[in-house]
Amino acid sequence: MTSVPINAHATDAHDPHATSTGLDNKKIAIWTFIGSECMLFASLISTYLIYKGRSKVGPYPHEVYVDPMTGQHMPAILNIPITSASTFVLLMSSLAMVLALAAVQNKNLPKRTTGERILGSSQLWLMMTAILGITFLGFQAYEFTSFVHEGLTIRTNLFGSSFFTLTGFHGAHVTAGVIWLLTLFAIDRKRGLGPRDEVNVDIAALYWHFVDVVWIAIFTLIYLIQ
Amino acid sequence: MADQTHAQGVASHDASADHHGAGIEHAHPTWSTYWKVAVILTAITAIEVWVYYIPSFVASRAFVPLLLIMSAIKFLIVVMFYMHLKYDHRLFRALFTGPLIVAVVTIIALMFLFGKLAAKV
Repeated sequence: MTSVPINAHATDAHDPHATSTGLDNKKIAIWTFIGSECMLFASLISTYLIYKGRSKVGPYPHEVYVDPMTGQHMPAILNIPITSASTFVLLMSSLAMVLALAAVQNKNLPKRTTGERILGSSQLWLMMTAILGITFLGFQAYEFTSFVHEGLTIRTNLFGSSFFTLTGFHGAHVTAGVIWLLTLFAIDRKRGLGPRDEVNVDIAALYWHFVDVVWIAIFTLIYLIQ
Repeated sequence: MADQTHAQGVASHDASADHHGAGIEHAHPTWSTYWKVAVILTAITAIEVWVYYIPSFVASRAFVPLLLIMSAIKFLIVVMFYMHLKYDHRLFRALFTGPLIVAVVTIIALMFLFGKLAAKV
């Protein structure tokens, strides 16, 4: 695998998109942004881990607790089957996203078979990614609602505060990603996305995959490790 | 067939890359690679959830390290293949791995600082 040399295009006076690095500025910007987002989520994850086990009152994430109002023993509040399903949905959305990008890159190729037409439909995969993202948000809305019904709000205890802040920030990122995807879908419907739009779709894909890898970390650190 | 088509697409797009001056690496994985990666990610997630429901294993010392390793593998696979970092320019790699290393070190340092890891070391 060869790398694009620095200043590869810097001397190309006829190229209006030439940059001093030879790399697309949008891609440099999105990677820099993703790097800063690593710091943001590291702070939120470390806050959750520091506060873990220090809540004075329930509900707790992995431990049974006694409801002070009823005196009943309540189960641990985290719902692993539901969250596993939402994790699977988000992983599949990343697959749909790379297929959308590949479809845009190969838009000009002839599609002879039904399989090629399906794989080459950027609209299909962009919409699929957005739908899976919305499904993930639906799971999160269900989880948050059920937690509130079970007595856990952002003000209940340290677990509630750090959990809702962390997962809420992640959910906000997913929401922004869904809006971005739907915008790309609308552009694709209007004028069609092609190889010239590759960078625009690529940076959306990078953002979406980053949201996915953040959830991979959250799922293990918050939900599975007791 | 799809792979072949994709390979042709990559080649044809390579030719246009210089024209656009995008400076993007184009030897991206094929469609079949994307599907294989999805299967691997799903399998690892299934194993993670499966071990979560084995009480004896959850109580063992291997539980947390195993989960962290599986999570790290999933993280790396997505970053390398779906985010194309394996194939992209080294500047992009540096822009991501630099802050990521700082972030991970910060989390570990804070865990030590607040006594979350000290008791287990």
